[in-house]
Amino acid sequence: MSTTTYGWLVLAFPLLGTLITAFGYRVLPGRTAGWIGTAAIFLAFLAALGALISLQGHASEHRQIVSSLWSYASTVGIDAQMSILVDPLSVFMILVVSGVSTLIHLYSISYMDKDRGFVRYFSYLNFFVFSMLLLVLAGNFLLLIVGWAFVGAASYLLISFWYRRTTATKAGIKAFVINVVGDVGLVLGTYFVFKHTHTLDFLKSFHAAETGAFGHGTNEGDLVAGCILLLVGAFAKSAQIPLHTWLPDAMEGPTPVSSLIHAATMVTAGVYLIARMHPLFERAPAAQDVGAVVGAATLLVAGTIGLAQTDIKRVIAYSTMSQIGYMIMGVSVGAYAAGLFHLMTHAFFKALLFMAAGSLIGAMGGEQSLQKMGGFRKAMPFTYACFIIGGLALSGIPPFSGFFSKDEILLVTGERGGWHWILYVAGYIGAFLTAIYTFRMIFRAFHGEPVEQARELEGGHLYHAEVPTNPANGEVEDTDVGFPGPNHAIAERALPMRIAMGLLALGAVGAGLIQIPKVDFVVDDFLRPSFATSKLYEPHTKTGLLVVGLTLGTLIGLAGIALAYRIWIVGGRDAEGRFPVAVKIRERTRPLYELFVNKWYFDEAIDLLIVRPMAAAGAFARDTFERVFVDETIVGGTTGIVRAGSAAVRAAQSGFVRYYAALLVLGVAGVGFYFLLQA
Amino acid sequence: MSAVLFFVAAIGVISGAVGVVVLRNPFFSVLALVAHLVSLAVLFLLLRAEFVAAVQVVVYAGAVMVLYVFVVAYVGGEEDSIGERLRSGASVGSGLRLGGAILGGALLVELLIALLGTGLEATSGYGAGYVAGPKAYGTPAYIGNLLLTRFLLVFELASFLLLIAAVGGVVLARRRGGIGEDDEHETFVALDVLRPRGTGTMAEGVGVGNGRALRADSETAPVKTGAGRPS
Amino acid sequence: MSIAWYLAVSAIVFSLGAVGVMTRRNPLVVLLCLELMLNGGNLALIAFSRMWGNGDGQILAIVVMTVAACEVCIGLGMIVAIYRRQLPIDVDELRELQG
Repeated sequence: MSTTTYGWLVLAFPLLGTLITAFGYRVLPGRTAGWIGTAAIFLAFLAALGALISLQGHASEHRQIVSSLWSYASTVGIDAQMSILVDPLSVFMILVVSGVSTLIHLYSISYMDKDRGFVRYFSYLNFFVFSMLLLVLAGNFLLLIVGWAFVGAASYLLISFWYRRTTATKAGIKAFVINVVGDVGLVLGTYFVFKHTHTLDFLKSFHAAETGAFGHGTNEGDLVAGCILLLVGAFAKSAQIPLHTWLPDAMEGPTPVSSLIHAATMVTAGVYLIARMHPLFERAPAAQDVGAVVGAATLLVAGTIGLAQTDIKRVIAYSTMSQIGYMIMGVSVGAYAAGLFHLMTHAFFKALLFMAAGSLIGAMGGEQSLQKMGGFRKAMPFTYACFIIGGLALSGIPPFSGFFSKDEILLVTGERGGWHWILYVAGYIGAFLTAIYTFRMIFRAFHGEPVEQARELEGGHLYHAEVPTNPANGEVEDTDVGFPGPNHAIAERALPMRIAMGLLALGAVGAGLIQIPKVDFVVDDFLRPSFATSKLYEPHTKTGLLVVGLTLGTLIGLAGIALAYRIWIVGGRDAEGRFPVAVKIRERTRPLYELFVNKWYFDEAIDLLIVRPMAAAGAFARDTFERVFVDETIVGGTTGIVRAGSAAVRAAQSGFVRYYAALLVLGVAGVGFYFLLQA
Repeated sequence: MSAVLFFVAAIGVISGAVGVVVLRNPFFSVLALVAHLVSLAVLFLLLRAEFVAAVQVVVYAGAVMVLYVFVVAYVGGEEDSIGERLRSGASVGSGLRLGGAILGGALLVELLIALLGTGLEATSGYGAGYVAGPKAYGTPAYIGNLLLTRFLLVFELASFLLLIAAVGGVVLARRRGGIGEDDEHETFVALDVLRPRGTGTMAEGVGVGNGRALRADSETAPVKTGAGRPS
Repeated sequence: MSIAWYLAVSAIVFSLGAVGVMTRRNPLVVLLCLELMLNGGNLALIAFSRMWGNGDGQILAIVVMTVAACEVCIGLGMIVAIYRRQLPIDVDELRELQG
C-alpha cells in the first residue's frame, strides 16, 4: 500500500470507531465499546507504523507526499481540496498521538468502568483522536482549520463529560470560548498568508513564500501579522499566556481525558502548527521572537503557580503548561527537532503522571486535594514507582528522557546567541521550579504518615467516600445520575491500567536514548526532510556549551529535588499536618504567595477587561437596538400588518347564509355583465 | 292553440314562483311550488319533452314535494311579514331584504337582456317538427336509448348520488342514542377488535343486550350531546 | 311560440328564486326557492334541447332533477336535525361558522 493510503487509514480507523460506538450506543454490552475504541486507535497506530516504514522507503527529498481525495471547491482562486500531507513531521506526530492514545484508551477501560457514560466516553475519545490526526495530517489550511475546530469541540465534550457538575460545564464552556478566540486567530492568519500566496495548500504555499511571495526580505508586514495571528491560535490551543486560563479548569474532565488531551496531544497542536509553518515563521523573525518570549514567560509563570497549588491535577496541569512553554520556545527559536522530541517525551511522562494521579485519586475515593493526602508509599507501590519515574523525567534527570529533550531545546536556544541568553536562563530557572513542584507533589502524597485512605488500602480495602462530593468545590453530588461511576480504579488492582502505565514508563525512561547529543540523532535525521528548507534546522552544538548545559541541567534538577526533600520530608509535619518549613517560607513571602495561589490574577484580569465590557455591551444592545428595532419594528410590525389584514378579511365571514347567497348572485351577475359587455 | 296554452302555463309558473317567495306560511309556499311544478310540466309538454314532463310530475311534484310537506308539518315555522321585518331593523339581515330584491331584479334584467337581446335571432326558426313514431324525439324510448348509450356514465353517477344522499339523509336525521354512546361502559368483546366502532346489530345498538329497554317513546329525546341553546 | 318566450319565463323564474334565497329566513323556504332556481334552469335546458333537436338537454334535465332530489333529502335531514336540537329555525340565528 502506498504511504498515503496508510495515511487515510490512520484517519479512517478512529472515525469508524467513533461511528460504531456512537450508533451502537444501546446495543454494545458491558465494556465492549471500550475495547472497540482501543482497537480502533491501535489499528490507527499500526497504520501509522505502516506509513512510517513506507515513507522511509522513499528517497529523502521525496518524503513530502500529498494525497487528495476530492476537491471541495475550486473557484475564485481558492483551491480547497480534501488532501493529506504525509511527511516525516506528520508521521512523527501521528505515531505519538496514536501510540499514546492507544495506551490511554486501555487505561480508560478500567478507569471509566461502571460509569453510565462509558460508551459515550469512548465515542468522544475516538472522535478526538480522529480530529487530532486530521489536524496533523492535513495537507492544506482548510483541513487544518477543520481539524483544529473539531479538536476544540471534542475537548469541550470531554471536559464537560460529567455534565451534571456545574463546575465541569462551566470549565467546558471556558475552554471552548478561549479556543474559539484561537480559531479566529488561525483563520485570520490563514487569510493573511493566502493573500500573498494565493493557495491554501501547504507545500505550494511554502514554496510560494520561499520564492518571494512575501518579498525577499524578512518581516514583511502581512506576513508578520499573519504569523502573529497564527501564534494566537497556537497559544489558545496550547494554553500559553494570556490564553491559558482554560487549562487548569479543564481538569474537571475525567483523568484519562486530562492525560490525553491536556497533556499529550491537543495542547501540542500549537507546537505542531509553528513547526509546520516554519517557512513562514523563518521569514518573520519578529513573530518568532514573540513566540519565544511568550513561551519563556509561560514556563516561568506556570512554574511559579505550580508551587502553590493544592489540587494534584492542577499541579500537573500547570506543569504541562510550563513544558509546552518550553516546546513553543524551542520551535520558535528554530530548535524544531528538539522541540518535537520534547513533545514526544513529554507525552510519555506527562500521560504517565496523569494516569498515576488518576490511580491515586481513585485510592482517595475521588478526593484530589494534596492537603488531604499522605503516606501512600506502602499502599500503592506501583503508582509510586510511576510517579517517581514520571517526576524524574519531568525534572530532567539523566538518563530519563526529559533530560535529553529539555536540555537540547535550551542548548539550541543558547546557541542562537544575542538576547536569547535571557530565554536560556529562564529555561533553567523553570527547570528548577519544575523539579521543586513535581517532587513537592510526590513527597506530600506518598511520604509521611499514611492518611486514613492509605491505611485502609494497606489493609486491603479501597476507600469509598460515603457522600460523593465534587472535588472542586465540595458540593454534594447526586448519585442517581450514574456518573461519575461508583467505581474507583487503582493501578494496583486493574491490569489494563498497569499495562498502559508500564508501557509509558518504559517510554519515559528509554525514549531519551534515541537522541543522545553527539551520539545518535534519530529524531533529527528523521525530521530533516520536513525542514529541508529551514535555515535554522542544524544545530551547531559547540561542545563547550553542550557540556555546560548538560551538567547544569542535571545539577539544577537534583538541586530542586533536594530542596523539595528538605522542605517536605526532612522538615516533617507539625501537629496540624502542615509543613513548618513551607509555612515559614510562605509567611516570609506572603505577597508572592498570594500572587501564585491566585494564578497571577489572570482570571480576574480577563473578567475585568473582557468579560464584563462584553456583557455590558450585550445588555446595552439587547435593551436598545434589539428591543426597539427588531422586536417592535420588524417583528411587531410584520405581525401587526398580518393581524390587521386578517381582521379586515375576517369581517367578511359573518356566518349569515344569506350574505353568502347574495355574494354568489352578485358574482353571477357580475360575470354575466362582463360577458354581455364582451358581446 | 299552443300559444294560448303557453300563456296559461306561463302565468301559472310565474304566479307559483311569486307565491313561493312571498307567502308567509311555509306550508302555503310548498303548495305554491307544487302548482308551479305542474305548470312547468305543461310547458315541458309544449316543448315536446313528454317523458321529462311525466318525470317532473311524478318525481318532483309527487315525491319530493310530499317529502317537503312532511317536513314542514313536522318543523313548521311561521314568519313575520315582510313589512314588519323591514321595519324592525333589529336583526342584521333586514337590510338584505331590500338589497336582495334589488340584486334579484338586476339579475333578471341582465338575463333578459342576454336572452332577448340581439342574439335572439339565433333561437327563432329552430325546432324539431312533429315526427310520430315509437322513438321520436321526447319519447321514453328516445330518452332511454340516450341514457343507456351516450349518457351511461352520467346515469350511473346519478344513481351513486342518490345512494349517497339516501345514506346521508338517514345519518343526519337519525335519533341520537340509537347506537351506544361513547362514554358508557364498554363491554369489550373480542369481536369488537375486528368490527369498526358504531357497527353492530340493531339490538346491540339500541341497548337490549346491555339490559336497557328499547326506546319506544319520546320523540323529543333529551338532548345529551352538547348543542346548547344559542344566546 | 319561439323559444325566446320560454327562455324569458326561465329567466324570470330563476331570478325570483334568487330573490327568495336572499330574502327569506326560514331555511325550508330557502330550499324551496333553491328548487325554483333549479326549475328555471331545467326549463331553459328543455327549451334549448328542443331548439337543437337532440335529447341532451332532456337527459340533463332529468339528472338535474335527480340532483335536486338528493339535495332536498340532505337539506331536509339537516333541518330535522336542527329542529331536534331545539335550535331556532332561522338562517339568521344559525351562524356559528363565523370568523
